[in-house]
Amino acid sequence: MNTVLDANELVLNMGPQHPSTHGVLRVILKLDGERVTGLDCVIGYLHRGVEKIGENRTYAMFAPYVDRMDYVSAVSNGLGYCLTVEKLLGVVAPPRAEAARVILTELNRIASHLLWLGTHALDVGAITPLFYCMREREEALKIFENYCGARLTTHAFRIGGLQYQLHEGFEEQVRAFCEMFPAKIDEYERLLTGNRIWRERLEGVGILTVEDCKELGVTGPLLRAAGLAWDLRKAIPYSGYERYEFDVPTGSRGDTLDRYTVRMEEMRQSVRIMKQAVANIPSGPIMAKVPKVIKPPVGECYVSIEAPKGELGYFIVSDGTLNPYRVRVRPPGFLNLQALERMARGALVADVVAIIGTIDFVMGEVDR
Amino acid sequence: MEESLEVRVLASTAEIRPELERLKALGYDFLVDLTAVDYPTREFRFELVYLVHRFADESRIRVKAATGDRAPSVTAIHPGANWLEREVFDMFGIAFDGHPNLKRILLPEDWQGHPLRKDYGIVQMDNAWVQANLGIESGQ
Repeated sequence: MNTVLDANELVLNMGPQHPSTHGVLRVILKLDGERVTGLDCVIGYLHRGVEKIGENRTYAMFAPYVDRMDYVSAVSNGLGYCLTVEKLLGVVAPPRAEAARVILTELNRIASHLLWLGTHALDVGAITPLFYCMREREEALKIFENYCGARLTTHAFRIGGLQYQLHEGFEEQVRAFCEMFPAKIDEYERLLTGNRIWRERLEGVGILTVEDCKELGVTGPLLRAAGLAWDLRKAIPYSGYERYEFDVPTGSRGDTLDRYTVRMEEMRQSVRIMKQAVANIPSGPIMAKVPKVIKPPVGECYVSIEAPKGELGYFIVSDGTLNPYRVRVRPPGFLNLQALERMARGALVADVVAIIGTIDFVMGEVDR
Repeated sequence: MEESLEVRVLASTAEIRPELERLKALGYDFLVDLTAVDYPTREFRFELVYLVHRFADESRIRVKAATGDRAPSVTAIHPGANWLEREVFDMFGIAFDGHPNLKRILLPEDWQGHPLRKDYGIVQMDNAWVQANLGIESGQ
């Protein structure tokens, strides 16, 4: 950013400790009155060197670390990492494990979207939805807890499949959730969709077109809200997603309200996928044949999944030893956050808060 | 292990921009990822890795080029490369010519060294610190 200021220009610092910057994001706003004329993100406050740690750990030892990037969707992070190492090894998880992975990952998508909805609504002034969202998120976390003992950083999957058999009552729990949850989405929508304040704060704010998304590497709900029905679960299916029927919701204007509608519909579609998966969990082993010591052959591969926030990719280079030679994480949040400047230019300061909320990033993943 | 993806290895960094421009004209207009790998024993120690996507048929191409500590920036072709190149600069110390705002992104501006280089040994640094300050072996 240019440090020479015009007479009527004001530089305002927001964060890194600010309730609406979701963690430790610092935004330097350049203002003309209430209008944002420029913006600079300062990130890295949560940098822990995850990629470097990966080079110093064995393949299996690194798996719990990836949960701590995007900690509200730890299951998705783990799935992406396991799929990448499995591809390097030439191993495919057995059908039972794949079905369980789909159920838990979709449940995690709902949990992640619920946290987004609650905090986003809180940012623009509606306090109640947060409590409602937390109430239902709790039910999802209970299923994780019963399955693997952890609620947040689950480490639910292992390279080659699952470590734990599905616990007794798992199917009933998931079914009960699928029965209960759609009515709750209607409840959130009754609170928000027709609410005049909600609409006026979101409509036409932070517009991002498909062209903008392509230029800036933006993926996930932001890209879909702009109007491109692109979802990796359909485009490059993994873990058996091609077996399930679901729609990819899209928006038309690419504004903050569209991103809200898209995410709400995504939660309904996740329930649809979970219902299909839980109705037909194959029997059989939960682990593929994986050597005790994981030592993939020399090579490299990139595998990506549709995480709740967008394309989450892992690029791993193996030199045939016990540790990966290089682990690169392609975080969706990092690239989506880069679009903040384009979305916020010309907006009001209060809109910046709504736009930060609508991107739905987690700094643990942006900074790694 | 089979990856259903085309890999193109470029002869020099001078080809990066023309190649990505050509691919963009062919529909590969989405830069998915840009990163680097360090091979200290090679003549050009770094390998830049670009991944581009075409929405029409969901195909991807990985473009690789060996480089020393300088490379041309592709921000003019893919504006999204801005932060990705800054991260590579931060972590590997590769300077991108033509980048609009080349400075560290994840680490503080006064940080010494580039952590993802192979000669940046975090375990050795940890051992040295523990021995100097606590007088014991660190156990890492």
